[in-house]
Amino acid sequence: MNHAGFIIAVYGITFGVIIGLVVYTIRQGRNLSRTVADKDKPWT
Amino acid sequence: MNTETQTFTGVGTPATRLYGLMAIVALGWVLLGGLFFTPEDAVQGDAVRIMYVHVPTAWIAYLAFIVTGVASACWMIGKKHSIGFDRVAGASAEVGVLFMAMTLLSGSLWGRITWGTFWVWDPRLTTTAFLFVTYIGYLAVRGLGGTAHQRARRSSVIALLAVLEIPLVHFSVVMWRSLHQRATVLSPDGDIKMDGIMLFTLLCGVFGFSVLFAWLVSHRQRIMAMKDARQTTAIDVAVTERLKEAQS
Repeated sequence: MNHAGFIIAVYGITFGVIIGLVVYTIRQGRNLSRTVADKDKPWT
Repeated sequence: MNTETQTFTGVGTPATRLYGLMAIVALGWVLLGGLFFTPEDAVQGDAVRIMYVHVPTAWIAYLAFIVTGVASACWMIGKKHSIGFDRVAGASAEVGVLFMAMTLLSGSLWGRITWGTFWVWDPRLTTTAFLFVTYIGYLAVRGLGGTAHQRARRSSVIALLAVLEIPLVHFSVVMWRSLHQRATVLSPDGDIKMDGIMLFTLLCGVFGFSVLFAWLVSHRQRIMAMKDARQTTAIDVAVTERLKEAQS
């Protein structure tokens, strides 16, 4: 594959950032939901 | 800390789990298909593989900023000024800024291969960078403090002005002479000159990133709702304590 470094960098950055954001969002949601009453979580 | 009942932890629902699953399947194909199973382009060679992530991330950034504008308009027009619209606007802008950053980065690396440079002050690149900076400003304004309704009022005005930049970015390649190529899939004549598996992989990317966007916005606006609820509870507790102090 020509320009493999650039191509792998693009895929690595994109998927790495997405996985990082998803993990951060799930953890932040779990931590916050422990401090908030069920009545303030209308999606439950 | 709130001492009322907390039986449910997390912000996921069956619908968001379904979005998540669809995003994993579609983006899994983009990763494998984009890197290994799609052919080289006749002109660009392997560099075309960057398209399978660059184009969908740009699409999501546009979509996110449009959702921010529409949700802000709904907040402004609605008689009840439902704060839920403002949370969707904010969550969508957060996701949009991140995807715009990824678009600029992947485009820069793609430009280095095809144009020989990471950056040029080309109309498409310049207007995209301007859009990116505008929404960073939008997020900064959201973080200025105050009540949820104060935040919604000032940020909705900015969102409605900022969304006007999107047509400028999209049509910049038509309006001015640009190094950046014109639209391939959304071309005005409707003639898509792309190999079947390449088009399928690109559309998988658009679909996968779109459901991922839905997942992220759903989760992030619920997180904002919990932050607002916690702030309201903290204010109520502080007011009650001050009243007790004043009475004693």
